[in-house]
Formats: sequence, structure tokens, C-alpha cells
Amino acid sequence: MPRLLRRVATRLLGSIPVLVIVVVGVFLLLNSAGGDAVDAYLLSIGGGDAQQAEELRIRFGLDQSVTARLALTLAQLARGDLGYSVALNRPIGAVIAERLPNTLWLMGSATALSFALGSALGVLAGRRPGSAADRLLSAGSLFLYSIPNFWLGLVLSVVFAVRLRWLPVSGIETIASGKTGLARAADIAQHLVLPVSALGMIYLALFLRVMRAGMVEAWGQDYTLAARARGVAPWRITLNHAARNALLPLVTMLGLQAASMLGGSVVIESVFGIPGFGRLAQEAVAGRDGPLLMGVILVSALMVVAANLLVDLAYGALDPRVGGPR
Amino acid sequence: MIRELLRRPEALLGGLLLLLIAGAALLAPVLSPGDPLAIAGRPLVRPFTDPAFPLGTDGLGRDLLAGVIHGVRTSAAIGLAAALVAVLAGMLVGTAAGFAGGLVDEALMRVVDAFQIVPGFLLALAFVSVTGPSLAVVAIAIALGAWTGPARLSRSRVLALREADFVAAARVMGMHPAEIALRQVMPLALPPVLAVTAVIVAGAILTESALSFLGLGDPNAVTWGGMIAEGRNQLRSAAYLSIIPGIALVLTVISIYLVGEALTDVLAGKRQS
Repeated sequence: MPRLLRRVATRLLGSIPVLVIVVVGVFLLLNSAGGDAVDAYLLSIGGGDAQQAEELRIRFGLDQSVTARLALTLAQLARGDLGYSVALNRPIGAVIAERLPNTLWLMGSATALSFALGSALGVLAGRRPGSAADRLLSAGSLFLYSIPNFWLGLVLSVVFAVRLRWLPVSGIETIASGKTGLARAADIAQHLVLPVSALGMIYLALFLRVMRAGMVEAWGQDYTLAARARGVAPWRITLNHAARNALLPLVTMLGLQAASMLGGSVVIESVFGIPGFGRLAQEAVAGRDGPLLMGVILVSALMVVAANLLVDLAYGALDPRVGGPR
Repeated sequence: MIRELLRRPEALLGGLLLLLIAGAALLAPVLSPGDPLAIAGRPLVRPFTDPAFPLGTDGLGRDLLAGVIHGVRTSAAIGLAAALVAVLAGMLVGTAAGFAGGLVDEALMRVVDAFQIVPGFLLALAFVSVTGPSLAVVAIAIALGAWTGPARLSRSRVLALREADFVAAARVMGMHPAEIALRQVMPLALPPVLAVTAVIVAGAILTESALSFLGLGDPNAVTWGGMIAEGRNQLRSAAYLSIIPGIALVLTVISIYLVGEALTDVLAGKRQS
């Protein structure tokens, strides 16, 4: 295990300079804006005099120079303190901790669904390249891949929530239903069906295509030929030889898609009214709340780093050529 | 090459669709003259019921067909502009990193890493909110999340070419390193980048639609995302308001993918399987 620990530590240390670049870049971008959170806040409460604005600026440290504030922000973030939101009047860390679980459920379910279905259909399509099943699945995946997720969400909710009334239109759970335990879990799951489908469909298509390509490549390799020559049953070659190797690029893909899925959940949460992390980004933009937006971007960058680390570890476990003793 | 393309049914379909869409974009002022945002008739005319408004009208009585036709222009302009910026910036950074090597390479690639771990959509959201929505800003905002791919591709190509004989020859001739990098090496890194350009254009069109859906598009231009967002308020009574611009979006994106995929295959010299 020490080797594994060392690998994790090296990866995390290596990501620190990158995270610093993210913070500095976002800070400079947000500071180039005209008007700050105090302006937006005063506007939202119907205006205030110059003295009040000045007092608020001093209270939130907005009166200092850009470099001083950047140094302050970096020191603060290094301590794990995300700061205070002017728009929501609450500590940013607490707000994010409250919103994050909803988004993690959404993303986790969408990943699981798209990975499982995408790889299974990819095996089906790549089993015999050029067959009718392959053509149908390939064309279908290209079609799915071209659908914007928010529009798919709207169409799904028109059909299944508005017309058929099978599923709830929006939210993450029935408000004030007083449900607990399993009943509450079932309620949340019911609310998640449509958003997860809308978010996951594009990745399902992507995973299907990558899996199919991996299968097609595997058929040209010597080991499948050798297995065929040994008289191994075709379904065995498909599953144990070809599919197993084709799965590896898919795992890499999982890490690469983490950032894009986080971006997608911003729009999906807005379509389905889920009070999650993505909605928070939108609220930060609307409230001109720089520190909040910074917190959201930094935490999402951390999540992407974590996802890639997990993928790396999984890859090491799946492929004995990677991460073995050197 | 064209004949090779015409032999593929998917490419043919995609190409025809793309031609139709490009035609609509170019001829928009002729096909539907006047302001697409102007009120043209009765509100909420259903599609396919009134020959004057084949796709119907929205809640204010604006012609949906005019909106769809003019929306092509916004999508196409932003898709192409964002891809151009992303490819140019990515190739410059990638070539500089690969050719300079050492510390410069290390520093530039950390910047690429930084852009890759931040969700591109969040970055676009932040950029548009800071700079204010206009077509140029939206294009740059989308490019911010798309240039890292071309940067990585061109860097790896340049790394492979750096020690080539023609580079050594140019050095011996006394050519300035920047000139060698930009004029001799960078053009050779173009093919792998061009292969992913269709995907970048399609992705940019999808991102633009999502931004305008959230109300962060150019307010003075007709956008499909904006039309979908407006129709959303009448989703229960008049779902076609959101569905029609969405179909235009899907058709545009799919035609780009079909043509791009066929082009990549043909360029890679792959025969049809």
C-alpha cells in the first residue's frame, strides 16, 4: 500500500501548481469586471448611499488593491476557507457543502447509467462490425450525441412529466412531504430519473462509440485470432478477450468527461429546478458574487482532479501493465 | 477526395443537410426579409396550420420560421468563430511549448492543465458574466474551453518534428527559431488539429445554445437557445415553441458530425468498412 499512497500523494502535490493557476486566472478575470458584489447587492435592495457602500466594501475587504486581495484570497483558500458570500450572506463553504450532494447524485447516476448502457451497447455494436445491429446503434449514437442536453430535458419533461404524468416535473424531492428513510430515497430517485437521462444520454452515446471502436480494434489483434484458432467460443472471445481490452480507453474517458459533465449539470439543474452546485454557479453569476463563483470553480476543479485520480487508480487495478512494480 | 466522400451515404446526407443549412444562413435576409424579432401576426399560431407561418408563431406573434432561419446565422457565426480562435490559440501555444521545450513547455502545459480541470461551461459562464454578452465575447468564452485539445495535439506533433532534418537545416541556415516554429513546423501540425475541428465547431454550437438558453447569449441576436428558453414558459400549452428550434439545432450539429467524420476517415485513407 505505501506505493499506492505515494502515487496518490505525488499526484495531489503535482496538481497544486495547476490549482494555483486556476485561482489566479479566475481572480484576475473576475476583477476585470466593472462593478462588484456590493454594487449588485445595493441594487438588489433598492440602492444605498456612498457611505454605506464604502462601509460594506471595507467589511468585505473590497477596498484594497488587486494584488493585496489576490494574496489574501490565496492565503485564505490555502487554509481551506472559501470566504463569505455577499449575495447569499453566508459562508461559501457551507453553501457549497449543502448543494454538492444533489449534484453528486445527479452526476454519479448519470455516469453509472451511461457507462453501463454505453459499454454494453458498444459490445453489441462492435461484436460484428458492419452488421445491421452495428449500423443501427452507430447511427443512433451519433443522433443522441447531437442532442443538446437541456433541450432533451425539456422534451423528456413534456412527454413524461407534463403529458403522461409519470414523473415529477422539477425539484429533487417532494417539498415538505415528511418522508424519511427508504420512502424518501425512492422519492429522490423518482425526481432524478428525467435529469439523469437528459444529462447521461450524450455520454451514453460517447461511451458506445468509444467501446465500439475499441472492439473493432481488438478484432484486428493477434490475441483474438489466437483465441479463435484455439477454438474458444465466439461469445467468450467477445466478452473475455475483446471487450475487456476495449474497456480500458472507456475508463480513461470517464476522467476526461468529469469536467464536461459538471458543466452539463449547470444547465440540467436549471431545467429541472434542482438546488445543486450548478445552480449555485448561475446564482453567483446573477448576483455578481465573485468569491462565490471562485469557490464554485475551485471546488469543481478539485472534483475533476479527484475524478482523474480515481480513474488512474482504477486503471492501475484493471491493467496489470500500469502501476506494477518498477 | 470528393468522389470518395460522395460514395458514403452518411456523408452525402450530412453534406446535403449542411448545404441546406449554410444556404439558409447566407440567404436569411432574402428568405425571410425584415426583423425576425418583429411581431408578424396573431400569437400562438400552431405549426402547419397557416401557410403564412409554416412553423407557427410564438406568444408575441413572431414568425417561428423567421427565427429559425435567422438563428442559423448566430449558431454558424459563433461555431466557426469559436473554433477558429480555439484552433489558432491552441496551435500557437502547443507549437511554442513543443518547440521551446524545457521550462517554457512545462509552464505552458500547466496552464493547459489548469484550463482542462475547470469545466469549460463554467469558464464560459464566468467570462460572459464579466464581459457582458455579445457575439464576439460568447465566441471567445467558448474558445476558452476548447483550445486545449488543439494545443495538446499540435504540441505532440511538434515534439515529433523538432529533431527532423529540415528543422536542423533551417537552423543551420540561420533562420530565427520563432520563424522555424511558425513557418516550418506549425503548418505540419495542422492535419491532426483539422481532424478534430468539426467536433469543436459542433461543440461550440451546442455550448452557445446552452449559454443563450440560460440568458447569457447576445440579446440583440436571434439564438436557438434563446428561443427554446422563451418557449419554455409555455411548455404545457405550446411545446412546439421549444421543440422546433431544438430540432434545427440537432439537425445542424448532426450534419456537422456526419461530414466531419467522413472527412476524417477519407483523410486518414480509411476505406469504408
